[in-house]
Amino acid sequence: MVDRIADPWGPRTPYPSDAAPAASGGDARWPVRVDEFLADGVGADDVDRWVQSASILHSNGDAMDVAVKDGRIVGVRGRAVDRVNHGRLGPKDLFGWQANGSPDRLTRPMVRRGGELVETDWDTAMEAVVRRSRELLDTGPGGWGHFGFYTSGQLFLEEYYTLGVIGKAGIGTPHMDGNTRLCTATAAAALKESFGSDGQPGSYTDIDHCDALALWGHNVAETQTVLWARMLDRRCGPRPPRMLAVDPRATAVAREADIHLAVRNGTNQALMNGLIRLLLHHGWVDEAYVAAHAIGLEELAEVVEPYSAPRVAAICDVPAAEVEAAAELLGTCERLVSTVLQGFYQSHQATAAACQVNNVHILRGMLGRPGAGLYQMNGQPTAQNTRETGADGDLPGFRNWDNPEHIRQLAELWGVDSMKIPHWAPPTHAMQLWRYAEQGSIRLLWISATNPAVSLPDLARIRRILAAPELFVVVQDLFLTETARLADVVLPAATWGEKTGTFTNVDRTVHLSEKAVDPPGEARADLDIFLDYARRMGFSRNDGSPLVHWHDPESAFEAWKQASKGRLCDYSAITYDRLRGGSGIQWPCTDEAPDGTERLYVDGRFTTDPDRCETYGHDLATGAVHTEQAYRAFEPDGRAFLKAARYQPPPEQPTDDRPFLLTTGRTVYHFHTRTKTGRAPQLDRAAPSVWVELSSADAEALGVEEGDVVRLDSARGSLEGPARISGIRPGVVFVPFHYGYWDADADAAGPDGRPATAANELTETVWDPVSKQPLFKVAAVQVTRVAAGDGPAPAPTVGGPAPVGGRVVPTTAGGPAADARSTTEG
Amino acid sequence: MHLAHYLGLLHRSQLDLAKAFRQVATDHREEPDVFHECHLLASQCEDHAERLKPFVERYGEDAPDEPDRLHGELFSGTRRGPLALLRDLHDLYLMAAECDVSWTMIGQAAQGARDQALLDTVHRCEGETAIQQQWVLTRMKQAAPQALVVAS
Repeated sequence: MVDRIADPWGPRTPYPSDAAPAASGGDARWPVRVDEFLADGVGADDVDRWVQSASILHSNGDAMDVAVKDGRIVGVRGRAVDRVNHGRLGPKDLFGWQANGSPDRLTRPMVRRGGELVETDWDTAMEAVVRRSRELLDTGPGGWGHFGFYTSGQLFLEEYYTLGVIGKAGIGTPHMDGNTRLCTATAAAALKESFGSDGQPGSYTDIDHCDALALWGHNVAETQTVLWARMLDRRCGPRPPRMLAVDPRATAVAREADIHLAVRNGTNQALMNGLIRLLLHHGWVDEAYVAAHAIGLEELAEVVEPYSAPRVAAICDVPAAEVEAAAELLGTCERLVSTVLQGFYQSHQATAAACQVNNVHILRGMLGRPGAGLYQMNGQPTAQNTRETGADGDLPGFRNWDNPEHIRQLAELWGVDSMKIPHWAPPTHAMQLWRYAEQGSIRLLWISATNPAVSLPDLARIRRILAAPELFVVVQDLFLTETARLADVVLPAATWGEKTGTFTNVDRTVHLSEKAVDPPGEARADLDIFLDYARRMGFSRNDGSPLVHWHDPESAFEAWKQASKGRLCDYSAITYDRLRGGSGIQWPCTDEAPDGTERLYVDGRFTTDPDRCETYGHDLATGAVHTEQAYRAFEPDGRAFLKAARYQPPPEQPTDDRPFLLTTGRTVYHFHTRTKTGRAPQLDRAAPSVWVELSSADAEALGVEEGDVVRLDSARGSLEGPARISGIRPGVVFVPFHYGYWDADADAAGPDGRPATAANELTETVWDPVSKQPLFKVAAVQVTRVAAGDGPAPAPTVGGPAPVGGRVVPTTAGGPAADARSTTEG
Repeated sequence: MHLAHYLGLLHRSQLDLAKAFRQVATDHREEPDVFHECHLLASQCEDHAERLKPFVERYGEDAPDEPDRLHGELFSGTRRGPLALLRDLHDLYLMAAECDVSWTMIGQAAQGARDQALLDTVHRCEGETAIQQQWVLTRMKQAAPQALVVAS
């Protein structure tokens, strides 16, 4: 038994790479290790049945079976046969399922009457939504523009696609986005800019073959624990890969890395320009590959030329010698894996910096072969599917809003006029959607499976928008979240384990998650709620037949397959039956590639053909959209774009009044705003409440000891929490973004007079010009000591918040309640 | 030689545009992208003006008198009300277009004058001006349907 709170990554199973992997990937195999956790008193023999699923609490796509006994979920076990995790599970998977059975699940719809939310029946709640919808549609030719849909990264593919069709072809609104804008928008944007389309080039098996790993703003140890286990197992085995980490915090990843660049927040683009300049100067470039498969080298070289190592060192505040060492690691390896996440995506010049990681791989020819892998990661479990199906600011099947032929294809598929489908501009991004709601032109906001009252920047503003009487707010969720408390209609939803559907992880692996148990009370699957709305609204095709002509998950999946056919994310040869029993399958999966496709772009031909690409591209510095004409003039012809941008200082700089830089992030024990993980006892106890990380030097200057209460003030708001003195770079403070207000006070949507605990009270409403992803990693704050603490901060000792300086802080452990079984082969 | 006048015209247009960008930024700060982008583009315009200055001075030494109606005002301040953002961006677009066409004319003149340094400056800056125009247009195209058809 292993305490998986004390050790989130579980036992090591070291393995070697192939010295020279075959083109097919060779035979390096990550050993199987099956992780299992069952409720207290339940043995494997007691389980009535095991139901196939995958993880919904992070984006790694770890396959698992759900144990059911007497109609209740009683545990989980990793699936040994799956290509993603080879049986492993992380702590959130092992323990998070317990939230399903939480006594405060929503079991009946609610409507606001006389200012209070009161329980009602489904007919009453849905008719309230439909009545308001009809009123708004009847206001005139611009009725569509009063609707906004703000969804999630946790629904299933079938639900997103249905929602996308309702919004785009039923209502006809471009105002559809979701929480994925906060986590994964830059991944999509960077892939589109460089390669012409969204779609991860690499495969997780590249970890098995690489000789170098570069983690760009990616605290993988806490975001995707099983992926980190795979990396650690390589690092512990023969011929380990060298490793580079870029992160202002001393995370477990940074501590493991051979080179750790703790750059100043907001300076990634300067670092990347400097690294690329060194690659070019040293000739660490696959010239034949670049000549055949890329365009833009000349401009890139010109733009990066001023970024000498000493200049980069000054901007980023890291030693020039380490910048040079990092470039050598990148430039001299033979098989490089890069992963990119929020340290880049939620920071300044997000898309530009993420594109430079793509550039490293293009310049070095590190694409499309075993061990040469690039993952622009996703933060949320099903974020990939919002991007594929168009429930966010994209169109289904990675289609291009600016390409009339792509719109015609959708119009034909949906049986509506092209004019019905909004395509005069990119679909409205989340931050703009909220702005329209603030201004009052969006008058119905339907929020599904996410909690913007804790997750968006500048929460005081978000609460104000949600509480405005003119805005009709529909919230569809499992619990009465901070957001739901401000709703006009609350719809109780079923969740993972209580409904069936598919979702896709970061390396394009599609998994089926089957219904294991019934949802509580009257809660309904999100798909059923959307289907009910479509039926009540009578959305129809031009021939009068129903627009949404499917009726359950499998028929929705079949409808989606039609939409995806012929596009890069082609699901056409996947069926529910094929997803049952074995491993997940990687798209594209077609009649020509019936077993799926491990790597994209093996022939160096990218999705940049003007008739096929998902975007005509943007200027990275401003976000100005390139026209079709300008794009065609590049003559991309299947070549990748080496896109360039100068470094610009971030919008908010430290001042005398606010001399610190705030960065926000997560702990390994929680997901999003803890609506589930905060209700799983082992996870809750490991990280029960907010803390503030400070460096030793700053703590000493401020007279702050471990556990002392400090207040952070920004131009937006303030927050209080106990201090953890950690290995973060001096001048930077970190606050985890998980801690809202639902567990402090049953009625609170916000701090309500108490000291605030949500990191986003402090963050600024500002976003990347291309991906429109908000900047959570760069805000100027003041730090003030408020009071002495009554013990160490409630921060875990695992991962980023690990204490430094010899202070005695009890080690985070889960005890017997967190003991899980890990069984290793052989 | 009348090149000095066109250089002076563009120099002034760039500074006018910088000022207009900053004013639009300030008065539409509730639109964070407009606020940040306009400040960024204002700095670009000021940089362009700075790069033009030596040429304005060099060619200005022996220039004849300035012709009539060389420069026209294109911006008379930001607006209020539901169409304010769209109309203000519309002004910026036209001002950027004025700069854009001036860069083209000066590029032509630089070739006629066999002035490589001036031509290099044109090449350095004209692309940024074109992108400024494109950004303003991108933002307007996004805003127009909501402002013109939806908002009350």
